Amino acid sequence: MGGKAKGEFMQYVLTVSQINKYLKELISKDLVLSNLWVKGEISNYKVHYSGHIYFTIKDEGGILRCVMFKSHASGLRFVPENGTKVTIKGYVSVFERDGQYQLYVEEMQPEGVGGLHLAFEQLKRKLKEEGLFDREHKKKIPFLPRSIGVVTSPTGAVIRDIIHVTGRRFGKIGIKVFAVAVQGEQAPLQIARAIQKLNEANCVDVIIVARGGGSLEELWAFNEEVVARSIYESRIPVISAVGHETDFTIADFVADVRAPTPSAAAELAVPDKAALVSRISDLHTRLRNSVMKNLDLKREKYRQLADSTVFKQPYNRLYQERMRVDVFSKYLFKEIRIKHERSGSRLSFLAGKLNALSPLAILSRGYSVAREKEKGSLVKSIRAVKPGDILEITVQDGRIDCLVQQTGEREFNEGE
Amino acid sequence: MKENEKTFEEAISELEEVVKKLENGDLPLDESIELFQKGLELSRCCSKKLDEVEKKISRLIESEDGDIIETAFDPAGAAED
Repeated sequence: MGGKAKGEFMQYVLTVSQINKYLKELISKDLVLSNLWVKGEISNYKVHYSGHIYFTIKDEGGILRCVMFKSHASGLRFVPENGTKVTIKGYVSVFERDGQYQLYVEEMQPEGVGGLHLAFEQLKRKLKEEGLFDREHKKKIPFLPRSIGVVTSPTGAVIRDIIHVTGRRFGKIGIKVFAVAVQGEQAPLQIARAIQKLNEANCVDVIIVARGGGSLEELWAFNEEVVARSIYESRIPVISAVGHETDFTIADFVADVRAPTPSAAAELAVPDKAALVSRISDLHTRLRNSVMKNLDLKREKYRQLADSTVFKQPYNRLYQERMRVDVFSKYLFKEIRIKHERSGSRLSFLAGKLNALSPLAILSRGYSVAREKEKGSLVKSIRAVKPGDILEITVQDGRIDCLVQQTGEREFNEGE
Repeated sequence: MKENEKTFEEAISELEEVVKKLENGDLPLDESIELFQKGLELSRCCSKKLDEVEKKISRLIESEDGDIIETAFDPAGAAED
């Protein structure tokens, strides 16, 4: 083989890499392939640990390999699944190593009008499962904030309404307007950052996150996860007021209180000063009145006590008692006398009785008693004396000393 | 002062309790005078809290170093939409 011939032939032989590179360059110059929208159904969906997403989209006629790098995938508003019909924005290029052409995905949306709704439902479910909507986590809105933070557009009806309503309810009250974009690409991060900054500065007692009415797309910033998380993490209570009464955003679910409109949010944040002032003055009046009434009652009680007879006639009771004593002692004396009299009459009765029995009484009837003078013993028998003894004869009115001459046996006549 | 550390809501509900206690109870004189004084202080504190709120409407802007700068906010400007 001649070197020359070989060289000439060889100039048409390309390496694999050269072909792949050539194709890649060729495709990149194609205006259609370098910027296109494709629709199809997702299959073989895989998330690599690096964060890149690999899948294919297909239709009835074929499949197309797709890759979505992490930088783009993080902007997805929904979680792709096998079978999801999507519309993709991107470009076609060649992956030289594998010799594969594939679709490099920059944006992906679920197909049809339901796309945003799907994203909304998916994020709502996810955050709910994480507990971001839990009631236990809701903070109480302070009754009287010293100052209110408002995260919203610095122009437009929303901030005007909020200032108007707070002014009507409270007069002057501090409002710190943290100006943010409320729609568009910048909006979610700006809103989240504003909430975070207000927490860092800790210069307000409540935060209102607000936006006027708009389409689902226009309200979308308030359905972004970053906003939801900043509200959840806020130590300062957050009132959400996004769109009209019928609009519900993720921010509304996470917020401590959801107000149907910005004006309603202002009413929730600020109490009615006139009502408070009259409540205070009412309480003040009641306070005075109740104390006065209490004092009057006490005074009246004192007067009643001071007027009572105990104080007016202190000896009254004493006199009464003394009278009682008198009455009782009278009774007592009477009783004693009666008793005494009764006993007296009984005594004379008994004394009379006694008298009848007395030997002296017998003497008065003419009998006498003889006693031996020396011994004092009664002489009842002739044998007790002998002539020469001296007897003492007691008679009614005195004594007679007698000398015994003789004694003799009794000679009584029956009839005497 | 102790009363001043309370929030408005705490102070006013405490005042309410004091008033109720005074209205209902036949309290000893000393105690009712003491409650009355406390009530006066609470009512003064409530009024004060109402006046203590900030009055300024301002606009917050984050500086390049991440500090918050407070500037004047003209509510009339908000009307220019």
